[in-house]
Amino acid sequence: MIKQNRLVYLTLLIAIVISVFPLYWMFVIATRTNDVVGQYPPPMTPGGELGANVARLFEAEQANFALGMVNSAIASVAVTVSTVFFCSLAGFAFAKLRFRGRNALLVLILGTMMIPVQMGIIPLYMVMVKLGWQNTLQAVVVPFLVSAFGVFLMRQYALRAVPDELIEAAIVDGSSSFRIYWSVVLPALRPGAAVLALFTFMGTWNEFIWPRAVLEADNPTVQFSLSQLATEYYTDYTLMFAGTLVATLPLLAVFIVFGRQIIGGIMEGAVKA
Amino acid sequence: MRPKGGHAKRVAASSLRSRMDKSVSPYIYIAPFFVLFAIFGLFPLGYTAWVSLHDWQLAGDSTFVGLDNFAALFADPDFWNAVANTLGMFVVASVPQLLIALLLASLLNRPLRGLTFLRMGVLAPMITSIAAVAIVFSQLFSRDAGLANWMIGLVGVEPIDWQADKWSSWTAIAVMVDWRWTGYNALIYLAAMQTIPRDVYEAAELDGASKARQFWRITIPMIKPAVIFTVIMSTIGGMQLFTEPLLFGQGELSGGSLRQFQTVAMYMFQQAFEEFDYGYGSAVAWMIFILIVLVALVNFLVSRRMSGVDK
Repeated sequence: MIKQNRLVYLTLLIAIVISVFPLYWMFVIATRTNDVVGQYPPPMTPGGELGANVARLFEAEQANFALGMVNSAIASVAVTVSTVFFCSLAGFAFAKLRFRGRNALLVLILGTMMIPVQMGIIPLYMVMVKLGWQNTLQAVVVPFLVSAFGVFLMRQYALRAVPDELIEAAIVDGSSSFRIYWSVVLPALRPGAAVLALFTFMGTWNEFIWPRAVLEADNPTVQFSLSQLATEYYTDYTLMFAGTLVATLPLLAVFIVFGRQIIGGIMEGAVKA
Repeated sequence: MRPKGGHAKRVAASSLRSRMDKSVSPYIYIAPFFVLFAIFGLFPLGYTAWVSLHDWQLAGDSTFVGLDNFAALFADPDFWNAVANTLGMFVVASVPQLLIALLLASLLNRPLRGLTFLRMGVLAPMITSIAAVAIVFSQLFSRDAGLANWMIGLVGVEPIDWQADKWSSWTAIAVMVDWRWTGYNALIYLAAMQTIPRDVYEAAELDGASKARQFWRITIPMIKPAVIFTVIMSTIGGMQLFTEPLLFGQGELSGGSLRQFQTVAMYMFQQAFEEFDYGYGSAVAWMIFILIVLVALVNFLVSRRMSGVDK
């Protein structure tokens, strides 16, 4: 039994080393000079060039990395705040208010989750051209202000977390439905809303394909900047890796602080699905 | 008298307001989703169909050509090459990914020390953006400076030019995909495994069923919904594979000099945003959709059978 347990720990340890090593490697190369990157045996410990590489990163003309970081920060915060607000509001309506066509509309929302995003990328781009939004930040923000996944998640959460008696009591008190949402439902939804916020923020920060289609290299998001590094400076590994490191740090921080909630969110979602 | 009348008015006004609130507010609350979806989801979808029936170039000149784009597509060897690549990479990536995820989940589904640490460890790749993953792994798989070639060199294998061939580029890209998603799928399986009641296993134990037999006969059938869920999600993701092969080939939409790792999504992008042939690109988009539906359907049937009733 003990032997078997050792084998379990060993296997899991190997899995974690494989999971974490590329992140560590990202850090090692970002702190080195280019001439050691191809050496065998490869360098396994960090060097002292991180500052210099990050400085080069922000000076790399084709990448516009600083602007990419700022754009992604603005877009991610805007999409997250708006998604949490609109999805919790709609989730509350679907879970707790009675109205004609409720179930049909909910099924419709679920159905939209099955549609692959890339299908609509060309016409979506043409819509942006019509609106004059190519190469603007709103093009990567406005279409994503509310998500089907979020509405469904918030509805499921509201069903469990908000007792009907609480809402009935508020109605008897004469509260309007928005007041009920704001002061009764939203506080109760907080844990679920936090999970939605985490996923939305991570998803928006990491989004690549749509920004690549609608933005230009002079006004990129951070992932677009990374792809510019990989395209324009593909022999300069320390520069590219400094970019991936800086681009990953915000999410690494989020993960270390909220890792438990993220894991809980994935596992709970899985049980319900 | 006056105050009383004012009161009645106020009551009437407030009851009107509350009736309005009851009947109209719910629609206002759910409206943002439908408005945004109509503009940025539904309309583009319908429009893709419309555009795909036209010879539609950059400047907006368009002529209706019926199904010509689709006819051309069926005779286009580059398109079929992209389809084959996409399906090939999907198989090479998802089969080991889901099997390893199953193994990891069954290991994590035990009373272990440091469970949160272990779970966070296997999930760490999820925070890395796909673009960052592609950059790091492209270096690991580079011909002259990569760790992969160094490691196979240790056991005496000659260095491989990973980008040059189909099998090697597919392998490198599959490793990128699997590194990012295996832990996530493991957590989904783990969540499903935790809902299986202990006494099912105890009963099997009493009947003398081995651990392996318990795994195939109890665990797998009981987590069937989770298996189907992950298979469908992997299918949707796999048929749209784009970022990893794009950055593996230094951002070229051609996916290697001989298109050895060009996916359908890359082909669509190339037609629309490099050749500015929106009509043809939209036809490719529809084919991606059909591909997803077909492959998802096949996978759904297969995974239902495999993890289903006893043979």
